[in-house]
Amino acid sequence: MKKIEAIIRPHLLEAVKDSLQALGVQGMTLSEIRGFGRQKGHTEVYRGSEYKVEFVPKLKVEVIVDDEIVEGAIDAIIKSARTGKFGDGKIFVFPVEEAIRIRTGEHGVNAV
Amino acid sequence: MNSLHKLGSLLTKLAVLPMGLIAMTISALAQTPTVEERLAAAEAAVKTAQTAGDNAWMLVCSALVLMMTGPGLALFYGGLVRKKNVLATMMQSFIMMAVITVIWAVFGYSLSFAKGSPFIGGFDFLFLKGVGAEPSAYAGTIPAQTFMIFQLMFAIITPALITGAFAERMKFSAMLLFCTLWAVIVYFPLAHMVWGDGGLLNAFLGGKVPALDFAGGTVVHISSGFSALVCALYLGKRVGYPKTPFAPHSLVLSVIGACLLWVGWFGFNAGSAVAAGSLASNAFVTTHFGAASAAIGWLVIEWIRQGKPTVLGGISGAVAGLVGITPAAGFVTPMSALAIGFIAGVVCFFAVTQLKKKLGYDDSLDAFGVHGVGGLTGALLTGVFANSAVNTVFKDTVTGAATPSGLLEGNPAQVLNQLIGAAVAIALGCAASYVILKVIDLTIGVRVTGEDEMQGLDISQHGEEGYNLDADLISAGGFGMSGGAYNESILVAAEALEK
Repeated sequence: MKKIEAIIRPHLLEAVKDSLQALGVQGMTLSEIRGFGRQKGHTEVYRGSEYKVEFVPKLKVEVIVDDEIVEGAIDAIIKSARTGKFGDGKIFVFPVEEAIRIRTGEHGVNAV
Repeated sequence: MNSLHKLGSLLTKLAVLPMGLIAMTISALAQTPTVEERLAAAEAAVKTAQTAGDNAWMLVCSALVLMMTGPGLALFYGGLVRKKNVLATMMQSFIMMAVITVIWAVFGYSLSFAKGSPFIGGFDFLFLKGVGAEPSAYAGTIPAQTFMIFQLMFAIITPALITGAFAERMKFSAMLLFCTLWAVIVYFPLAHMVWGDGGLLNAFLGGKVPALDFAGGTVVHISSGFSALVCALYLGKRVGYPKTPFAPHSLVLSVIGACLLWVGWFGFNAGSAVAAGSLASNAFVTTHFGAASAAIGWLVIEWIRQGKPTVLGGISGAVAGLVGITPAAGFVTPMSALAIGFIAGVVCFFAVTQLKKKLGYDDSLDAFGVHGVGGLTGALLTGVFANSAVNTVFKDTVTGAATPSGLLEGNPAQVLNQLIGAAVAIALGCAASYVILKVIDLTIGVRVTGEDEMQGLDISQHGEEGYNLDADLISAGGFGMSGGAYNESILVAAEALEK
């Protein structure tokens, strides 16, 4: 099992979700986050006072998948979340030791 | 059927009743109709009718002016601060509605409007003695009580305006004390000087220096604006200013607040005609034109200089225009109002964006930049644009004919009078504000601790938060209730649902 953590542009969430669902991914966790990378932020001006907003709003999608479909899922996210400009985001993959479904107590991939 | 019948006969009886009354009145008139009596009756009826009209208008205006403080100013200022200070900032406006009202009732109205020296009123109206249904010297067609409550609303909003300068860092107790003392030491005397019977600057009731201030440009805006500057300088900058961002947490609230201010200002300015006549119409129109023109003025200069027209710029411009037209509303033509508004919008833009940066003070919400600078601009422009065709102020002592009011009409001295009026307000406001702040600083302290400031005034001063949108999440985590019992009750409820 692997956890795929994808930082994406907020307006591309639907596309990313659909592409993962098409691969059979059953659920995901979503967080609204802010961060910065190479994408420049923007400047806001309030009555002449300039504030540089460096932390840009992004979404973090987390899915746990079986090892077999990790590569497919990564490709799906890249395809659906890419615009080709700075700020498209990142994908991180982590090993997952165990997964348990609270309702039934099942362990392993079945619990995901 | 029977009951319908009864109703029918009752209606017939009721219809006959007024006819009988009319017949009796006619016969009474036929008996003793001297011309003098009929004239007196007609005059009394006219007076009653005029009082009804004027009083209705002035009561509505009083309510409109109160609306400027809460919700108007509370929302305008509340939206401009950071999220952690929204309640404390709104409270600073709201609490004025309570505190100033009480001191106004006890002695404030008397010190402002009872006959006294040229500088402050006397004690004739203490505890509102004699302020009742009979009209006062200030407005011949409305009850003195109406005039009193209308003027109270002005006394409420003026110290509330200053709170924009010390938002986000002043102790609530210190703020309460400051605003109360400021009302007594600055506002009541100033209101007496400009509007009071025998006041130094009163152009209509025997003042030595006839400064024109239709609705409170000097009394309300210059006094509060310059006092705000002293407050900003005395309190010092907010922690982190100007390096860390102080972006407004909700400009949506500010837009609503500014628009409520705009609407409320009709009561403020048009109501200052203290009658529902044509002068009120003129003030209403000039007020509206001034606001519109100033919003455009600010936006145009902002668009040119900064590349984008901001919403905050638009509403700030409108407020600046309303401030600028306030002293002029009942003295200038609608076309002059367009000019005054535009100038006020542009001047205030530079005050807020350039002057503040150059001088380096932290006037959190630009109470000085908008009310001080806008008020001063309006006071001077009133001396320029005032026109005797709109409102006759000065009369030839021999012929009684109207003489010119403002500079453009041929009375350049009026600009000087305006300047003196403004100078009195500035001197009194600044000096008194400094002394009051010093006294408070030496006794209870003016500023919150750095820790309280970082935490936000909502929690540190009031023990509340403005937005508890995640309250459900927090209590589900066992924050509010003892965990075990709470979880159990949820389980019981969930089981019941499944069955």
